[in-house]
Amino acid sequence: MLQPIAFYLFAAVTLISAFQVITAKNPVHSVLFLILAFFNAAGLFVLLGAEFVAMILVIVYVGAVAVLFLFVVMMLDMGFAELRKGAMQYVPLGLVIGGILMAELVVIYNAWEPVAQVTANLANPVTDMKNTESLGLILYTDYVYAFQIAGLILLVAMIGAIVLTHRKRPGVRRQKIIEQNNRKRTDAMEIVKINPGEGI
Amino acid sequence: MDAIGLEHYLILAGLLFTMGMFGIFLNRKNVIIILMCIELMLLAVNINFVAFSAFLGDLTGQVFTMFILTVAAAEAAIGLAILVIFFRNKGSIAVEDISSMRG
Repeated sequence: MLQPIAFYLFAAVTLISAFQVITAKNPVHSVLFLILAFFNAAGLFVLLGAEFVAMILVIVYVGAVAVLFLFVVMMLDMGFAELRKGAMQYVPLGLVIGGILMAELVVIYNAWEPVAQVTANLANPVTDMKNTESLGLILYTDYVYAFQIAGLILLVAMIGAIVLTHRKRPGVRRQKIIEQNNRKRTDAMEIVKINPGEGI
Repeated sequence: MDAIGLEHYLILAGLLFTMGMFGIFLNRKNVIIILMCIELMLLAVNINFVAFSAFLGDLTGQVFTMFILTVAAAEAAIGLAILVIFFRNKGSIAVEDISSMRG
């Protein structure tokens, strides 16, 4: 009894906040509704028994991606209102394409049925272990190459983001190690022979 | 209210995906909202993966959901970095200003 109520609650809030994301006038509100949508999707994942993915969704999406969006929206100071001007002329085209997509999805969902071979030959069937434990057991063994490639993608993205947004500022004093090491004693001091009673 | 089945999750994911698609058309000028709509569509795909994983009793879908999350995070970081340097150079993020190459 409680499960349908929870599902409809999470699903409704997810859909409403997704609608707010695409229609909100202020992009900051869009980001905050995106965070709400992610939280409720995490709730749906918990209902499905995927606790680890739900926690990852909260940590990665809400904790990193959405906050990144929030930073960028607040950092770029521009007139967001004029970006929305003339947006309504694309609504009919969007409705047509969205309707076609929805109709295709409905056709697929109606035609789809699980094949017996698929249900008989599951790659990683669910055991009575805990969700996190069983995911860890297959992620670090069967999917270890994909896991490494995912780490490589994150490294490339990190280096790329740093290289793209880094800029040289004039007037910043930095340590120049080559110049320090190339400095000779003769550059800095001079031995002067002074005769008594004469001065330099 | 009967029990929640796979169809419920599929309908929810379909609606969410369509909404993300529609949001791209509705906010054609604002790159930030377009990126957020792409995140919504990826979320719909993730819901589909996890729902199939749960109802088939196979953990592979959840593993792939984690990889999708990784790639989505990388994509958001790179996209926003490109957006920041574009704004620094042009002073605008309107989509029609991104046409220097006349493509």
